[in-house]
Amino acid sequence: MKFVAVSSCPTGIAHTYMAAEALEQAAKAAGHECTVETQGAAGSTPLDPAVIAAADGVIYAADLEVQGKDRFAGKPSVDVGVKAAVHDPAKVIAQAVSAVEAKGSGASKVAAAAAPVATRHVGVGTRIRKYLMTGVSYMIPFVAGGGILIALGFLLGTAGWGKDGAIVVTKIIGGTADNPSVAAYAAAHGIDLSNGASIALTTFAQHFGWFSAQSWAVALFYVGGAAFGFLVPALSGYIAFAIADRPGIVPGFVGGTIAAAVGAGFLGGIVTGFLAGFLALWIVRWKVPKGVRGVMPVVVIPLLATLITGVLAVIVIGPPMKAVNDGMKAWLTGMSGTSAVLLGIIVGLMMCFDLGGPLNKVAYTFATAGLANAVLSTDRPAVIMGAVMAAGMVPPLAAALATVVRPKLFSESERESGKSAWLLGLSFISEGAIPFAAGDPIRMIPSFMVGGAVTGGLAMAFNTGVLAPHGGFWVTPLVNQPFLFLLAIAAGMVVSGALVIVAKSIRRNPDEEEVEGIESLSALTGSR
Amino acid sequence: MAEPLITPELVALDLVAADRDAATRALIDLMVAAGRVTDADGFHADVRAREAQMATGMPGGIGLPHARSEHVTVPSLAVGRVPGGVDFGAPDGPATLVFLIAAPAGGDADHLKILAALARRLVHESFRSSILQAPGAGEVADIVNREVVPQ
Repeated sequence: MKFVAVSSCPTGIAHTYMAAEALEQAAKAAGHECTVETQGAAGSTPLDPAVIAAADGVIYAADLEVQGKDRFAGKPSVDVGVKAAVHDPAKVIAQAVSAVEAKGSGASKVAAAAAPVATRHVGVGTRIRKYLMTGVSYMIPFVAGGGILIALGFLLGTAGWGKDGAIVVTKIIGGTADNPSVAAYAAAHGIDLSNGASIALTTFAQHFGWFSAQSWAVALFYVGGAAFGFLVPALSGYIAFAIADRPGIVPGFVGGTIAAAVGAGFLGGIVTGFLAGFLALWIVRWKVPKGVRGVMPVVVIPLLATLITGVLAVIVIGPPMKAVNDGMKAWLTGMSGTSAVLLGIIVGLMMCFDLGGPLNKVAYTFATAGLANAVLSTDRPAVIMGAVMAAGMVPPLAAALATVVRPKLFSESERESGKSAWLLGLSFISEGAIPFAAGDPIRMIPSFMVGGAVTGGLAMAFNTGVLAPHGGFWVTPLVNQPFLFLLAIAAGMVVSGALVIVAKSIRRNPDEEEVEGIESLSALTGSR
Repeated sequence: MAEPLITPELVALDLVAADRDAATRALIDLMVAAGRVTDADGFHADVRAREAQMATGMPGGIGLPHARSEHVTVPSLAVGRVPGGVDFGAPDGPATLVFLIAAPAGGDADHLKILAALARRLVHESFRSSILQAPGAGEVADIVNREVVPQ
């Protein structure tokens, strides 16, 4: 077998390289092959993408965060730490072998085989996309945690207040007696709002009703909002991190926070992230006298990079980016009827074209980052998220449906993939359709795209919004109109599934097909 | 690379040490005497900090204290053979061979590459046993400088 490995250790001068040597030797001794990327102090030479492509599995012998982990996405891996690799490399290799044997089937294999295609040509565009995707992938957990909590807050709010609960829940903290719902909440929970006082967070906490759905709704909404508040800073901070590594984090986060504060939204955050990253990278590369070198990472770089990024974010980037962001919000909000449906169709087509590839990611990024502008699941950005999620669920579901309706059109392994595709589709993992698309792109992908367009368009027409960036069927309760959401998905699934069957029936010999579409299926990894 | 990684003065053939701290200190003193470390206490503190994160003892009787430190001027290796053994936290018992690796804090890539090459050699049983069996300090230094070649 062939393995790739990444080694790193706290100091970066000894164990990193010992682990590398030990793994290479142990692999050779066991009749395998292992190529190690040493992420140590001497700087690391990235593994050749062709080597990664050829590898059966990945070994993480790293005590630090693995740089560029997304390159290995989809491959079976073992995570052992650096010490185990130095002390008992033979055992680590054995673990890696069994991990590969355990996970050698279905979607992961196809995805793994195709994944490195995108990294082979590292042009400027690819690099920028990589930085952006790193930022997005670190941002998603904030959005997921925050968005789902907010949505749960709305759900509980609806239980506690009835129909207007989702609006009332946002008004309690900081609210005054002027708002009748706030006044009612205050009275019910023993809060004194005379003389125009408002409900401070501390007051809310002191009068928290442990058995009050309303109190819990407000708490969930507040906590979710706190997590959501990191959306733009985290996006900016981790874009900068992707560019400049650790020195980028501080200026990136600060720039992003300012971008959010001045109302420049996620677009502003993307700009501050790139600015902070390249600024930090530039300062890191300064030639400085030996005496100053020690204080560079702890004082000079954070100070200078943050100062420049921050000031530029406030004065130069903020105002125009705010205008752009406001313009986009207004455009999305003002969009109605036909143009909204058209947007849904476009994002639906994009989601289903390359199933986790660049176009899919652009649509997905547009949707998730746009959530920064959404407060309620009825807001337009949340509706776009709903359309993107619904459309992204279509391909695996349609493929799965087709294998059930006309099993004879599919090979044995495709029928097997079909079973897991149900679950993958329901979980909004578009990549679940890759085993089908990779084998027969000409027939499958257009069929998927039509279904995605149907679902995306319908979702926009129905105004089905969701604040959660991921989850698929499992976050249906958080969608503002769950039944219409499911209807949109079902419609796309049936249309797409039917097209798949028709297309497959035209000539039913999948084995003779070239896999020429595989190039366009690049970056099939699911690093959302 | 004017300065070799190790010279005969940096080899202690019969080191007697009560514990890993003393063993480390003895090797540090060799580096100070050779003018490769400017501040013995400061460097020792850096090595202790690294050792506290994760013991550097390896199976096969190896102790591997190391640090990047601003008190180091040249990438250096000091070797101590400890016939009586000294505990470095390895699972299989005390270390009889101690390598102290010193890296300058702001070391450039060339500096660090030679240390990387050293670390890779350390994994090899043949390298370690040749050092254990070398007749004198000069031979130990020769073996290291001959075998550790940056890639």
